[in-house]
Amino acid sequence: MDLWFSESHTPNVRLSIKVDKQLYSAQSEFQRIDVFESEEFGRFLTLDGFMMLTEKDEFIYHEMITHVPMSVHPNPKKVLIIGAGDGGVVRELVQYQSIEHIDLVEIDEMVIEAAKKYLPQTASKLDDPRVHIHIEDGLKYIRFCENEYDIIIVDSTDPFGPGEGLFTREFYGSCYKALKEDGIMVNQHESPFYDEDVAAMQRAHQRIIECFPISRVYQAHIPTYPSGHWLFGFASKKYHPVKDMNASVWKSNNIATKYYNSNLHKGSFYLPNYVQKLLTEVENKGDE
Amino acid sequence: MSTRLSQHDAPIYDALQQFKSKRIVPFDVPGHKRGRGNPELTAFLGEQCVSVDVNSMKPLDNLCHPVSVIKDAEELAAEAFGAAHAFFMVNGTTSAVQSMILTACKRGDKIILPRNVHRSVINALVVCGAEPVYVNPDMDYKLGIALGMKISQVEKAIKENPDAKAILVNNPTYYGICSDLQGIVKLAHENGMLVLVDEAHGTHFYFGENMPITAMAAGADMAAVSMHKSGGSLTQSSFLLMGPAINVGYARQIVNLTQTTSGSYLLLSSLDLSRRNLALNGKEIFAHVTSLSQYARDEINKIGDYYAYSSELINGDSIYDFDATKLSVHTLDIGLAGIEVYDILRDEYDIQIEFGDIGNILAYVSVGDRERDIERLVSALAEIRRRYKTDKAGLITQEYIDPQVITTPQYAFYAEKELLPLRETIGRVCSEFVMCYPPGIPILAPGEKITQEIVEYIEYAKEKDCTIIGPEDLEIARLNVLTEVR
Repeated sequence: MDLWFSESHTPNVRLSIKVDKQLYSAQSEFQRIDVFESEEFGRFLTLDGFMMLTEKDEFIYHEMITHVPMSVHPNPKKVLIIGAGDGGVVRELVQYQSIEHIDLVEIDEMVIEAAKKYLPQTASKLDDPRVHIHIEDGLKYIRFCENEYDIIIVDSTDPFGPGEGLFTREFYGSCYKALKEDGIMVNQHESPFYDEDVAAMQRAHQRIIECFPISRVYQAHIPTYPSGHWLFGFASKKYHPVKDMNASVWKSNNIATKYYNSNLHKGSFYLPNYVQKLLTEVENKGDE
Repeated sequence: MSTRLSQHDAPIYDALQQFKSKRIVPFDVPGHKRGRGNPELTAFLGEQCVSVDVNSMKPLDNLCHPVSVIKDAEELAAEAFGAAHAFFMVNGTTSAVQSMILTACKRGDKIILPRNVHRSVINALVVCGAEPVYVNPDMDYKLGIALGMKISQVEKAIKENPDAKAILVNNPTYYGICSDLQGIVKLAHENGMLVLVDEAHGTHFYFGENMPITAMAAGADMAAVSMHKSGGSLTQSSFLLMGPAINVGYARQIVNLTQTTSGSYLLLSSLDLSRRNLALNGKEIFAHVTSLSQYARDEINKIGDYYAYSSELINGDSIYDFDATKLSVHTLDIGLAGIEVYDILRDEYDIQIEFGDIGNILAYVSVGDRERDIERLVSALAEIRRRYKTDKAGLITQEYIDPQVITTPQYAFYAEKELLPLRETIGRVCSEFVMCYPPGIPILAPGEKITQEIVEYIEYAKEKDCTIIGPEDLEIARLNVLTEVR
């Protein structure tokens, strides 16, 4: 049998993964949800045919979106996660003793159910007593939050489909309002490589710098995402992502990571010239 | 209409489908010949679309003189709207409004109407030479919007002008305000006057449940319905509806005075399909639209300072009913004019709404909207309040200024005139229109006196970046005024 999952990364490029079997397929109110089993990447989750995570490389994404802000904020107690129904971010976060309260806002309950059933690797900690799950549109949830969170992690899908509201100025502005005076927002920031992703990446950066006094971008390589070169946004009211990082405090948490370490943290904010140029383009636009 | 036809049919659409399958060789207009002659346009609009951009011919009937499929489609539309007859209009609801007025009035005839009419109404008076008798609409001074006509004022206008031929009613207004249509129709008919309804914003009344009464149900004689607004057809397509008392043959002659002889089949088929869709699915569609609007209103009112208004405004007279699909929001309490909120939404949040006036914005909610887009609009409004809220001192609230009519629109439009700087026109009689667009309701119409108050209002609207249109001078630095008054 020759069964393959393919995703178009551009109209001219596609990534294909040989599938052993399909474990789950459903159409929710918002999107089509599929879970496959594969030889190379283990189980993987797709939404509307777009790759969300594979068991083999999800650690890179989840570590980088979680530990970077957690090692900069000196005393994070209350965290909001938008999206992330697969549970990967929660799994990383609950390792910190200092965290008292996690709100997870996922629009699609069926994603959580599918993850709990078929993706225990990421969903294993969704039942932690500190985790409070809200099934709601993230943009709506955050509209009436004010001065509440130390960290907000935006683990969104792409800027089309149900996740598109999470790439807007009204969303980033609402996040600013929902954060305490020294709060940090980290977001999935798309890729700098293919043209269509570049446009989304630049737009997101533009919208974030309009809302936050400090806004930096960092990178990681994620093999199953388009081009493999992926970006995250770090937006903050007070702390600088590199200067205010405290490596020894982070180390004292004794968290075992496969990708993240404090040197890599610093290094991830040093970007290739072409990426730097794309970001500077929109930063200068704001000054005109 | 052949007895076989029902609201499940779409005769023009069906005829076009059949026509396509016959692969007829075109040696007639349009010259693009199914798009082959204009590949760039075909690539842009799609082959499907340009292949039905065809000319009138026997199997497709003729809009100027319908005898087959267009006639059938008109009869189905009449049935769907509860009218005695329906005309398919392809020159916009503007032409439907003008055809109503030209059918009802001749030169020198009087027509009673509220002053907050769309420019197309007064344009029609310029064309036909009828004389307007304005009923000042009631005002909500807090919101700064013109309301419907009070029955007592209509009664007074009728008493003072028993020779008037017709009464024109805006129903609903752009903001969703409805007058007491049945009361007005009763008064008018008792006094031998026709009732014409500009129902441009009320298509959905005919198909939704628990909606304000429609012109046809209220017994009005003619109504102009913008199918392309809430009905889903293509821009510029519209219906003109007739009650039983109107001579349809005469009305068609009037329509044909100004309507194109090359009626677009793209527009005609869009009317035909939209009528079928609304007749079959309108109840569910407009229940959904109403619930989206109501949800948005509730959420916007939770933000604070904004006021998204609805049926609580109903007062039994000048707000006889309210169109709950309309999402109108009063913005002055956050310290911004509606037009400023309108501009910020577009420039900073990538959200385009229908219009902003001095004190309000209007977001058009329709069958095409998704819940997530409503969330974006509400959140953007919450953010605008957080970022911009200031004292409202210095903001003007009132938008409607009583006009002083000196002469008829037609006389003023064609009379000898001179172009003067705005400030020097105070006290003179204007020969042109001045209006903010949208909503397109004139601040000045031809034949009206220019006052200090009006000039200040125009200056304020310019300062707030309203789009002001109408005058010859596109900068609105000068206005044409009459050199002498008859």
